[in-house]
Amino acid sequence: MTASPGSPGSPKKLGAPVALLAELTHRCPLGCPYCSNPLALDSREDELSTAEWTKVFSQAAKLGVLHAHLSGGEPASRQDLTDIVAHCANVGLYTNLITSGIGLTEARVKDLARAGLDHAQLSIQDSDAASADRIAGYKGAFARKQAVAEWITQAGLPLTINAVIHRANIFRTGDIVRLAVSLGGRRVEIAHTQYYGWGLVNRAALMPSRSEAEAAIAEVEALKKSLAGVIVIDHVIPDYHARYPKACMGGWGKRGLNVTPTGKVLPCHAAETIPGLVFWTVRERSIEDIWHNSPAFNAFRGEDWMREPCRSCPRKTIDYGGCRCQALALTGDAREADPVCHLSPDHAKITEIAAQSEDEGGAPHYRYRHMKLREPAD
Amino acid sequence: MTEEVSSPDMIAKPRLPRGVRLKYDETRNEWLLLAPERVIKTDAIAVEILKRCDGTATFAAIVDDLAQTFSADHTRVEADVRALLNELAAKRMMDL
Repeated sequence: MTASPGSPGSPKKLGAPVALLAELTHRCPLGCPYCSNPLALDSREDELSTAEWTKVFSQAAKLGVLHAHLSGGEPASRQDLTDIVAHCANVGLYTNLITSGIGLTEARVKDLARAGLDHAQLSIQDSDAASADRIAGYKGAFARKQAVAEWITQAGLPLTINAVIHRANIFRTGDIVRLAVSLGGRRVEIAHTQYYGWGLVNRAALMPSRSEAEAAIAEVEALKKSLAGVIVIDHVIPDYHARYPKACMGGWGKRGLNVTPTGKVLPCHAAETIPGLVFWTVRERSIEDIWHNSPAFNAFRGEDWMREPCRSCPRKTIDYGGCRCQALALTGDAREADPVCHLSPDHAKITEIAAQSEDEGGAPHYRYRHMKLREPAD
Repeated sequence: MTEEVSSPDMIAKPRLPRGVRLKYDETRNEWLLLAPERVIKTDAIAVEILKRCDGTATFAAIVDDLAQTFSADHTRVEADVRALLNELAAKRMMDL
């Protein structure tokens, strides 16, 4: 093994990253109001080329990355998706496609399976067709996704269904799990909305009441038991109602890297919201160099950056003070404790927001995610 | 769960489904079982078991082979194999 250079003050025993999430493009036909992409989306002209992406995956595999997550936007919006999958398989990466399904055809799914795709994750917005299409902002999306699920399983690929839970579908959380089973999913992710980016913009329209959240959580936990061996349920519970924060990303710069469509490398997808962080790009640096030395990755590694109540807290090695982006969004400073923690002096802000989220009835009004199209040059 | 006691039966042909891969990782110098969003460290015993789950060998044959190869107690080996396969099957990481 080559010794990593490491900048002064960087942790000495930095392991290899486990996963690389590639946002191949920000283009997407859907407009989901909780999209985790940033508010300022990268345009097509600035996206990395096929050759640039294959270089990234070669470097990642060499560094020890195990999982390659091909995401977006909608990764199928890229015509070179199959070539990218084939390359990932070639360099030994476990390759996971994270897709809305829109833009895939039966032939394309077969090509992806042949190219060596290991797994596909398909998003579902709701178990009710009309509601699902409204959430996605795309008519016919629900029906199309049913077909895509069938193509995926027929191609022999393992399927995970992913659903983001919020006020408009939280009553049907159990139905969504059962739909995932009937679509042939081996695994389902039930993820309560996290409020960053578009999700933060739409928080008032998305956040369920505490009682709605509790009922849905209990239902999913019961289904975990009754459906054991049938489908694996990964459950991301809403942290606005929690007592301790989540160990965001398994710790900052500890497990994975995110590469944006234009090649910026982030410790997490929302990291660009934190002012003052310097992100390096794959157009100028290698993945290995970035992993070890990027100022953004080193900013919140270890414990030196922590303030009270985190600094003296026995849980600091469990949850690492929670999410830096949420600390920033709610306290104005990314170095503070995640206010989800009941020990945070800003915890009242969370309880206040959670208490306000009473359902007013009627369809929520969304600000849909959309790309700002460039004006014609003339 | 009661079913864990009896399954898999002796003629089952366990197999890692597509999407679950045993990989020797040269960066970390260890065997890993890769699955959707999961990386599971596998000890030497588990690796020997998993290498034999090729969809053609029966559960009984795998146990016989392991007991013979490692001159190990047959009953103990059977319990180990059963426990591992059941654990993975519950996570949808093994087809029995």
